[in-house]
Amino acid sequence: MLEVQGLQKRFGGVTAVADGALTLREGELLSIIGPNGAGKTTLFNLISGLEPPDAGSVRFQGQDITGAVPEALAALGIARTFQHGRVFGNLSVLDNVLVGAHTRLRAVKPALPLLGPLLEMALAALRPPAVRAEEAALRRDAEQILARFGDRLLPRLHQPAFSLSYANRRRVEIARALALRPKLLLLDEPTAGMNQTETAEMQEVVADLKRSGLTILLIEHKLEMVMRLSDRVLVMDNGRRIAEGLPQQVRNNPAVIEAYLGHRHAGAEPVS
Amino acid sequence: MSAWFDYTVNGFVIGNIYALLAVGLALIYGVANLVNFAHGSVYVVGAYIGWAAITHLGTPLPLTLLCVVVVCALVGVAIERIGLRALQGSSRIAPLLATIGIGLVLDQVVQLVWSPDPRAVPMQVPEWRIAIGGGTIGALDLLIAGIGCSSAAVLYGFLRFTKLGWAVRATAQDSDAAQQMGVDINRVNMAVFAIASVLSGISGLLVGMYYNQINPAMSFEATLKGIVALIIGGLGNVPGAIAGSLILGLTESYGIALFGTSYRNLFAFVLLVAMLLWRPNGLFAPRRAAAPEPMVGTFIARSLPVKLPRWVVPVVLLAAALLPLLNQPYLLQIGANSLMYAMLALSLTLVAGTVGQVSLGHAALLAIGGYASGLLALDAGWPVALAIPAAGLITAGLGTALVWPAFRLTGHYVSIATLGIGEIVSLVILNWTGLTRGAIGLGGIPPLELFGVDLGSVQGTYWLCLVVLVLLALLQLRLLSSHLGRTWRAIRDDSVAARSHGVGEDRYKALAFGYGGFAAGISGAITAHVYSYINHETFGASLSVLALTMVILGGMGNVLGAVLGATLLIALPEAFRALAEYRILIYGVVLLLLIRFRPQGLMGTV
Repeated sequence: MLEVQGLQKRFGGVTAVADGALTLREGELLSIIGPNGAGKTTLFNLISGLEPPDAGSVRFQGQDITGAVPEALAALGIARTFQHGRVFGNLSVLDNVLVGAHTRLRAVKPALPLLGPLLEMALAALRPPAVRAEEAALRRDAEQILARFGDRLLPRLHQPAFSLSYANRRRVEIARALALRPKLLLLDEPTAGMNQTETAEMQEVVADLKRSGLTILLIEHKLEMVMRLSDRVLVMDNGRRIAEGLPQQVRNNPAVIEAYLGHRHAGAEPVS
Repeated sequence: MSAWFDYTVNGFVIGNIYALLAVGLALIYGVANLVNFAHGSVYVVGAYIGWAAITHLGTPLPLTLLCVVVVCALVGVAIERIGLRALQGSSRIAPLLATIGIGLVLDQVVQLVWSPDPRAVPMQVPEWRIAIGGGTIGALDLLIAGIGCSSAAVLYGFLRFTKLGWAVRATAQDSDAAQQMGVDINRVNMAVFAIASVLSGISGLLVGMYYNQINPAMSFEATLKGIVALIIGGLGNVPGAIAGSLILGLTESYGIALFGTSYRNLFAFVLLVAMLLWRPNGLFAPRRAAAPEPMVGTFIARSLPVKLPRWVVPVVLLAAALLPLLNQPYLLQIGANSLMYAMLALSLTLVAGTVGQVSLGHAALLAIGGYASGLLALDAGWPVALAIPAAGLITAGLGTALVWPAFRLTGHYVSIATLGIGEIVSLVILNWTGLTRGAIGLGGIPPLELFGVDLGSVQGTYWLCLVVLVLLALLQLRLLSSHLGRTWRAIRDDSVAARSHGVGEDRYKALAFGYGGFAAGISGAITAHVYSYINHETFGASLSVLALTMVILGGMGNVLGAVLGATLLIALPEAFRALAEYRILIYGVVLLLLIRFRPQGLMGTV
């Protein structure tokens, strides 16, 4: 479904990603792990169109999407979350999720120059029954997505996102990404800053998404979660892949222990 | 050939003057990530302090300079205290707005103390000129070049060899890290503001001597020219700012030689917009697609809109509709004025508040609307009732097209670009004599009428404005409650995240500017028909700042707030007519107090 080959990205003199390569099959969950600064998030940014790569190619469902802008990728069904959480602070929880459903709105579909936007504005002002029905359906859908997080978000539907706890903002972000009805979901450290209970909950949510057949690319530092959820694990260090395979294989790979797991023996439990 | 030599010398001298301005702006930007919009006001303060010292105290040149240095350093410290330090931790647009407010206050204080009339600065430099290769260089030229070059040298030494200079450079690189290492950021900021203000003040004094004339209105142009030079060199790049200033000075000088004086500023602003489009990081930075966004964190103050009891709006509306029955023409006049400004505020609260594009050139939309409607009625013979909506549509289209290239910019850059675009519009109106009658202005614009019904009376104007405003406000509320509202606000809160969810920024910014242009165009058109005469100065830059103050007073993005803000700022000064002289000063102080103590405005941000 997703094929990444030879991606490169340099910032000034620093090479963030030297050779990004991965393949992801439909319905698979691939985790990317590696020490801080290994280039995981940059790789995400290259795949999701936030930064243009210096070299290499990205293909999604057979289509070349190298260097495509994020809004085009969203239209193709690629959704992502951000490492430090980027909710729309002044929007309510519900509105945040509805923005995620933006590409599904019929009113935004016509791409005709000038006429398309004007039509969209007219529909927004007049709101014929079809538009109202669509909005109501999206709202129900958004509430269903939020229900995945139990009672964490549903009671706070109309609260502005800035008033939420950090963990809840991360949940809103995932709900927003799901509202896009993605074919591919990129999760960048979904459990960062969460305590054990919250992490366990999040793990359950991701497992649930995987069971529903969603293809997921996951960056995560909490290894226990990675080992449980992943079909395959890719280990990065210094901008390149140093190992890839089944969770068990990766765990026992000496290069990986050296680069990443080795830190454990130094007394540094991987912190999020 | 000799003329060209003179133009070169002139360009170089002007460039040196701009450099004194731009270096300060670059230093401030470097440490505080802030474009100081009060910079030109300090320049005016410097000019007037110098003038006062010479004429009242009879100081010789070195002493005059010393007076300027001391006073301007103090003003700089004050700007840092009020505009920066007091606003730590507030929304990221706050310091920028605060410097605009401080600039207004300084300009008004200068005007109240020394009157708005131009003053002649006595020449304190010998009048001899040396003839070189057919051209001449005067003592003043040499003095300006000398002060320019020596300031640069002193600054270089300061930044390079003193401990405070290191602290400044460290803060510019990473203020958090500098603070961790024990650098007192507040002291660094204060020093930088003081130095920058001193340079700006000296620049003002030298300009006064060079042109032998000063007036309080020159602050706006000085700020703009400094910013243009800064952008050419790259924000925060001190050597770049010097190079940018010389380039700007020479461009202007040669431009005047080729096309005449009235095009002078046009060159500067076209250069500005071109730089923002093609090299937003300056001539000396490697080209990058996206301009760096210095302002991180919340864009507007986080708040919930104030909820009014349901009956308030209908009751106020009814009272407003019945106001003409009181038969008080003066009151109605103020009412009609407030309503026209409220349309402008509606437009700006959408663009600046809802979408987060803080436009500083919004008055240009009024100008386009006013001229479009006036010309349609005068030259094409359209009935007023058709000319006004047509002017709204023309403004929507033209305004959006003009700002379109700036859509990829963010934060400060949007404000600077819209400021420049606004000035370009006004200069085009001045120079396109064939269409706009140029400096003579547009006279004899027919009064308001609706298909034969004369609305030229005060009552007629008032009722028309009220109906139009209510319609525009309802439409805006309707759009805000649709998917467009949340999409616009999503772009404002985090454009990257919005794009990642399929929101094409250009499309939604264009829709916002289109609707904003429509509302502002209608406002400008009605104004033109009420005034019956407009020229290129009717809708000046101060109007843009006034509109922004209204929007902030009401609460960014808040429709009711915009109407309330406009009404308060137009009606209240009328209620205290004894204070008419202090009106703009009051606006400035209101702006500053709001930003500090109620950043969400009266009605709350939306």
